[in-house]
Order: sequence, then C-alpha cells, then structure tokens
Amino acid sequence: MPFNLLVLSCVSYVIFLFLVAFIAERRAAAGKVRWLRSPLVYTLSLSIYCTAWTFYGAVGSAAASGLEFMTIYMGPTLVFVGWWGLLRKLVRIGRQQRVTSIADLISSRYGKSNLLGVAVTLISVVAATPYIALQLQSVVLSFGVFASEDREGTALWVAIGLALFTVLFGTRNLDANERHTGVVTAIAVEAVVKLVAALAVGVFVVWGIAGGPADILGRIQAADRPEWALEPARWAGLTFASAAAVICLPRMFQVLVVENSDEKHLATAGWAFPLYLLGMSVFVIPIAVVGLEMLPDGNPDLFVLTIPLEAGRGDLAMLAFLGGFSSATSMVIVAAIALATMLSNHIVMPIWLGLMRPAVSGDVRRVVLLSRRLSIAGVLALGYAYFRLSGGGAALASIGLISFVGVAQVLPALVGGLFWRGATRIGAAMGLALGTAVWIYTLFLPSFGAISPDGFGIDWLRPHALFGTEGMDPLLHALFWSLLLNIAGFCVGSILSFPSPMERLQGAAFVGVFDTAPGPSGWSGGAPEAEDLLVMAQRILGEETALTLFLTEARAQGRAGYLPDPTPAFLERLERRLAGAVGAATAHAMIFQVAGRAAVTVADLMAVADEAAQIMEYSARLESQRQELTRTAAALRDANAKLTRLAEQKDAFLGQISHELRTPMTSILAFSEILMGDVAPEDARRQAGIIHAEAIRLTRLLDDLLDLSVLESGQVQLHISDVRLRAVLDRALAAAEHVRPRHDLTVFRDSGAEALVLRTDPDRLAQVFINLIANARKYCDAAEPQLRIVVRAQDAGVTVDFIDNGRGIPRPAQATIFEKFARLDESGQAGTGLGLAICREVMANLGGTIAYLPGQGGAAFRVWLPL
Amino acid sequence: MGHVLLIEDEPNIAEAIRFILSRDGWHVTIYPEGAGALEAVRCVAPDIVILDAMLPGQSGFDILTRMRADPDMADLPVLMLTARGQHRDREAAEKAGVSRFMTKPFSNAEILEQVRLLVPQ
Repeated sequence: MPFNLLVLSCVSYVIFLFLVAFIAERRAAAGKVRWLRSPLVYTLSLSIYCTAWTFYGAVGSAAASGLEFMTIYMGPTLVFVGWWGLLRKLVRIGRQQRVTSIADLISSRYGKSNLLGVAVTLISVVAATPYIALQLQSVVLSFGVFASEDREGTALWVAIGLALFTVLFGTRNLDANERHTGVVTAIAVEAVVKLVAALAVGVFVVWGIAGGPADILGRIQAADRPEWALEPARWAGLTFASAAAVICLPRMFQVLVVENSDEKHLATAGWAFPLYLLGMSVFVIPIAVVGLEMLPDGNPDLFVLTIPLEAGRGDLAMLAFLGGFSSATSMVIVAAIALATMLSNHIVMPIWLGLMRPAVSGDVRRVVLLSRRLSIAGVLALGYAYFRLSGGGAALASIGLISFVGVAQVLPALVGGLFWRGATRIGAAMGLALGTAVWIYTLFLPSFGAISPDGFGIDWLRPHALFGTEGMDPLLHALFWSLLLNIAGFCVGSILSFPSPMERLQGAAFVGVFDTAPGPSGWSGGAPEAEDLLVMAQRILGEETALTLFLTEARAQGRAGYLPDPTPAFLERLERRLAGAVGAATAHAMIFQVAGRAAVTVADLMAVADEAAQIMEYSARLESQRQELTRTAAALRDANAKLTRLAEQKDAFLGQISHELRTPMTSILAFSEILMGDVAPEDARRQAGIIHAEAIRLTRLLDDLLDLSVLESGQVQLHISDVRLRAVLDRALAAAEHVRPRHDLTVFRDSGAEALVLRTDPDRLAQVFINLIANARKYCDAAEPQLRIVVRAQDAGVTVDFIDNGRGIPRPAQATIFEKFARLDESGQAGTGLGLAICREVMANLGGTIAYLPGQGGAAFRVWLPL
Repeated sequence: MGHVLLIEDEPNIAEAIRFILSRDGWHVTIYPEGAGALEAVRCVAPDIVILDAMLPGQSGFDILTRMRADPDMADLPVLMLTARGQHRDREAAEKAGVSRFMTKPFSNAEILEQVRLLVPQ
C-alpha cells in the first residue's frame, strides 16, 4: 500500500474523530447529553486501558510467554468485579470534592498538601513518558509494515497531531468543570474501532485461515512451547500490578472518576468493562499460534497486521491498523489531558501565582487554559523526545509493566486515605518517597542501563537483589520491595505524626463519604442548623462570647431567642470570628462543612473544635512555662556564678589556712616529741605521746585538705615521665609498709603484666596506689589478709585491680565511698576520710578513672589509665 | 660539735630546734628575720645554716641565692624548712642551691639526723 494512501486514510480517520468530538461538544453545549453520557459511553471510554501495547503487544507477549498476557486483563477484572465498592467510593469522593486528577485527590485527602500533589504529578509524568513513547513507536512500526518510506517523520507528525487534537478538545471548556464530552465521545468511538478490529482479525484467523475453534485448539496443543509454562509468582505479581494500575494510572483516573457523570454508570461498567477486556483478549492466543506457524521469522508484536497482509486481505489489515492507531491515540490523548491537568494545577499554576502575586487579576482562567495547553504540548514533547532518545528499540517493550509498578506507588496513600482516618500527610509523603525511590533504583533506572548492576559495590544494594534477595524476577523484586517499604513508611509515618485539623476534616470526609447522602455542597444548597453552629462556636469562642454573638445577630435579624437565620452575611461574620481563634482555613472548612451539610458529621467537627481549644490552652500553658523556665535559668546562672566565686575563695582560703595551721603544729609536734623523751616522768611521757599522735593526725588531715583543694581546682602541676608500672607499685608497697605494720598482708602480684611502661606522673599514681594498699592493710578483716594486684592491658589503656579478701564494702556505701569524709569504719581507725576522694581527683587529673569493683569477694578497686 | 645558725621567725619553732640540737651538743645561734640574715651568716660563720623559707623582710630562697653567689658561702651546708611542702617550693629551693629540704612539721629525730649528715664530724 502506498505511503500516501496510508497517510490519507489516517488523516481521514482523525478528521472523522474531530467531527465526532465536535458534534458531541455541540450537543453537550445544547444540553442534549442523554446519549453522550450513557453508561455505554462511560464503559467504552474506560477502554483506554487497552493501549497499543495491549492491542499489538498482547499477541507478541502470548507468542513469547503464553497466557501471561492475561494478567494484564485479570487485574482490572478483579477490581471491577471484586472491589467495585472502592471504585464507587472513589467516584463519590471525586464528585463531592470536585477532584480534577489523582494528584488532586491525594493532595486534597491529606489536608490540601501541594507537596503531595507535586510528588504524585512527578511520579505520574516519569511513569507515563516512556509509555507515551511506546504508543508513538507502535504507530511508527505499524506504518512500517505497510510502507517502508520515510519512517523518520511519522512519529513527529503523529505527536503534533495528537497535541493539536488534545489542545482543541481537552482545553475547550472555560468552565471549571473538568469533563470533556467531545474527547470522551471520540474515545468511545475509537474503543469500538479497536474492539471491532481485534474481533475481525480474530474471526478471520480462526475461521478464515484455520479450520475453526477445534482446529485452533489442536494447533495450540501441538505448539507445546516450554516457555509458555505458568509462573505462579509472576502471575500473582502482574495481576496485582495491573489491578493497582487500573486505579492509579492518571489516565484511568481521568476517565473513571473525573469524566464520570453519574455514579450509577459504574454499575454497568462493573460487568461491561471486564466483558470488553474479554473481547479484546479472546483471540490473542489463536492469532499468536497461527502467526508463529505462518510467519516464523516475523515480529509477533505485529501479527495482527502481518497475518491479514500475508493472507492477501489488505482491507482487514487496514482495519487492524486503524484499531492499533485508535489504541495509541486514545491513550495518548487522555494521558496528556490527565497529566496536563496535574502539571498545570500542582506545578505551573503555583509557580505562576507565586511569581505574579502582586499582579494577579480577577480572571485567572485564561492563564489556567494557557498553562494547561502548554503542559499538553510539554507532555507530548517529552514522550516524543523519549522515543527519539531511546532509539525506539526493544527497550520500550517492557515499559508498560515498569510504568504499572511506578504508578502503583500511589496505591497505599490512595487506598489508605480512603479507608483509614489515621493516615496523615507525613505518612503519605514518606510512603511515596520510599516506594518511588526503590522503584526508580530497582526498575526504572536499570531498564535503560542507567545504573550499574553491582549496587556501587555494596552487596545488599544491588538493584536486582536488594537486601540480598537473590533470584527473584526483577519486576516482582521491584514490586515487592517498593510496595513493602512504601506501605511501611506510610503506616509508620501516619502513626508517628499528628494530623492537622484540615487533614482530620478531609480524612473524615474521605473515609466517611457514604455516611451522608450525596448532594450539592455549596453555600446555597443546604440550610445549616443554627444550633449546630452555636454549639461549635461555643467550643471555640467560649460559651458566653458565642451566646452574645448569636443573640446580637438574632436581634439584628429581628428574631427572638439565640438562634439567628444562617444568612450568608451571618456566616461570613461568624467565620471571621472563628478565624481569629483557629485560623482562616480551619474556620472556613468548619463553617463550610456545617453550612453545606457535607460529608463531615457534627461530631467530627466537635472533635476538631475541641482539639483546637485544647491546642490553644496547651500553647498558653507552654508559654507560661517557658517564661518560668527563663526566670529559673537566670536564677541558676546567678547561683552558679556565686558558687564559682565561692569555690575560688575556698581554694585560696584552704591554702592559706593550711600554712597558718602548719606552723603551730610544727611546734606542738616538736615539743611533744621532746616531752616523750626521757626528761619527763612516765605518765607525762605517755600523755605527750598521745598529743604527738593526735598532732600527726591533724597534720595529715591538713595535708589532705590542701592536696584535695589543689586537685579540685585543677591547678595541680603534673610531672609526667615514662615509668614502669612495677616500679610505681614497688614504691607504693614500700611506702604503705608503715600502716599498721603488725598486720601481715600477703600481696599477690603479676610481675609479667607489670612490666608495662606508662607515661604518667609517678608520684601521683603512687599516691593513689599507696592509698589503696593502705586501705587494704587497715580494713581487710580476713584471718589471713591477702591483696591481689591484677594488671590487665586493654586496647586503649591499662587496668590495675586491687582486690582483698575481706568483707568488702556493703552495696549502699559503694556509691559514696569516693565522697569526702565518707569513712565507713566506726572502729576509730586512723584516717582522714579524704583518701579515696583524693584518689578520684588524682585519677581525674591523670586522665584515668578509679571505681569500686563489686562482686569480687572482698573490697576491690579498679584503677584505669589510658596508654 | 659545730655551730648552727638558725634563721627562723617563729620563736616557738626556733626554741624547739635549739633545744633538740643543743641537747645533742651543737652550738645554736638564732636570727629571727630575713632582713640582715646574710650579714648574720657572714658574722657568725656557722658550720651549717637552717633556713626558714617564709621570712619577714627577705625570703629564704633569696637569701640562699645570694649565699651561693658569694664565694665565701657558696659551699656552706644549708637545710631549708618550709610549711608548704609543694613541688614548686622544693624546685625553687633546689634551683637556689639547697643542701637539704624539709617540710614542717618535721620530726625531731629527722632534723637531728640531717644536721649530723650535713656537717662532717
């Protein structure tokens, strides 16, 4: 067939579609919509689910892997038959909340968060762009079957033509109403062409080429291809992915929810759409089997075209070509409308409004239309660019399923938002972010080799074996991990975060959408109950204020009692008053919901009002607590400065007093020692001995106090040198000899470990050791006192344990023994009560620690020094 | 026995040291302040000086430094006493050229032993 004739028939077909759309728009404008908005047209419009990918690709897929292509039809069938309730809820919410896209739905559910809208928009665009490229490719390929000339320009012209059509009929309405009667009607016509073409080729193959159904069944049996074996895991996964896609694909959402004009149409679609899918798929296997026999070297993706051509039926091939063309164009048109709406509403318009804020005029509608038209052109340009850049090769073949898994990331936030009031914006954002990141990493980037399969050398990061899950089908692997993390993020985020009042309102409106009858939700629609308004106002403004407000209003209206008529003027005044207390958005939402009798029950509003009051009370309390804390902090700062000053004075004082006391002590000691000599009588000598002993004890106490004050002030001078631990211990043991010398303390040492060389102040360390050994000599009450000195070098330091075999230190006292004057013994042992306090300070100055080591049998201390 | 010059401003401590040393047969001269201490050493020409570190007028460290600078007194044994037994004092004394350093309070036997050691009999 000459190329020009092909182009001519295409152009004629497109002009025909233009006419259909145009006439439908005219009839709709004239109010004659009965037939145009019938359940049949609605059901047929849903057929954009069957793109060129399914029209041509199903046969190719069947040729390669048998019945697996059926999963793509089973998912939607299960949803439409089995989870019809979800669709009904979606449609009801879509109408009630005037939702314009799936991004809008998610954004609206989670407190009108534009961030979520942007996120869903971006996911959708990323997932849909390769898909649109795939449609362009299919058109180019099918052109190629008929004519080999000039394949280069085809895709570009198709893209431009589609952009033109979509702009003309997709953005015709200046009305805020998002329904596109013309487009939907044209698509319904295309759906018929698709189905007729698929059935016609199928009938021809079964009865024209083969000898009827029995013959085909025989051929299927004879084909006996091992690669056609069923893989249950892949079946389940693909069915699930396509079920998710039929809800979450932006274009499906567009026809299913946005373009829906009557909820009842769903009832028809519930059985008719699965039937349509059955019609599209029933002849797929026969065509594949006959094609593989007739054209063993042919591209199975194009059997729908090549079999009629081979059999000399050019007319039938032409019909099949138009069927494929319809599949591609209808998908691209609706996808472009849906994506353009999202792009325009969530990205272009917010930016434009942000930039033009001071200059926004009354009529933004022209800007909306312009931005939407530009977005449509942009979406198609993206698709075309992707087609050119990817080279249109086999890389596109698996794009359909990759796309499905991508849009399935919206599912948890969507379904969760419809059935779980506790779902929050944070949770939705977390789930979306996690799931999308995993999808991009494990499926999207690897699909065109943009990422290396070894996961940056980290084993559990390999894109096809995340967390070490080897051997899974890459698609199932990505589906499993992305949705698992998505759902986990969604649940955890929702549970851990607290929803704003707006989120609560919207959550209640979405989850409880069936709790109230559907109806118009404008100011003019319902008569709000003044009493409800009063109850709500009381919760927010306080009883007296609210009553006074209502009484004044009622008097002004000339009514007796407290309840005025809910006139728009009154509602406006009330809203302003409430806004002062709870913020404008919440106030508006509250009044709107009560006055509009929308989905939220009064009980829900009361909950919000209570919450707001609690939050206000709580924040007032917080403020007063904050002030109190500030005052306390200032007082503490003063006290601390005073203490610091006192500590400095104390240090100086102790130093001075130690010196002043030492001088008289020197005389007392000297003279008492003289008197202890033989110059005096026996009694006097003994008493002078007591004076002498006590004077020595007093002097030691003075020494310790002075030492401690120097150590605590941090002004101690250390004399650091390299010293063998053994030498320090030897010195300490020798120095401790004079303590209760009549006691025989057996000391066990570990000379091997003691060979260690330390860099420390030997005198100070010896001081600590002397203290510990002296304590053992003094307090170890075993019949045969023993002291074990255990040295252990660790990686960063050395521990020296001093363990005796006495009674040890009772648990309650262990906490305080390092405090000053925390002496245990009541037995009148000589000691100042400062020894361990000094040890602790010395060790702190040496950069080490000393601690009591419980559970060693006797008293045990561990000295630790860094190496 | 030799001659001890005791430079000490605390009369009680001076009396105690004098008693201990005298009983052992030493001749003890007491000089009670820092000022003029150097002249006192030169006049008395003792065998040993016992020097308190904290003295009114001039510190024991200064006196010792000057003594060591004077060829006549450079080799004279000096036993220094201080009520602050800290490292800083000990180092200052050693730097100034002290023969022996003792902290107050001391034991009588100890001071006697040190004097005996420092003065060759």
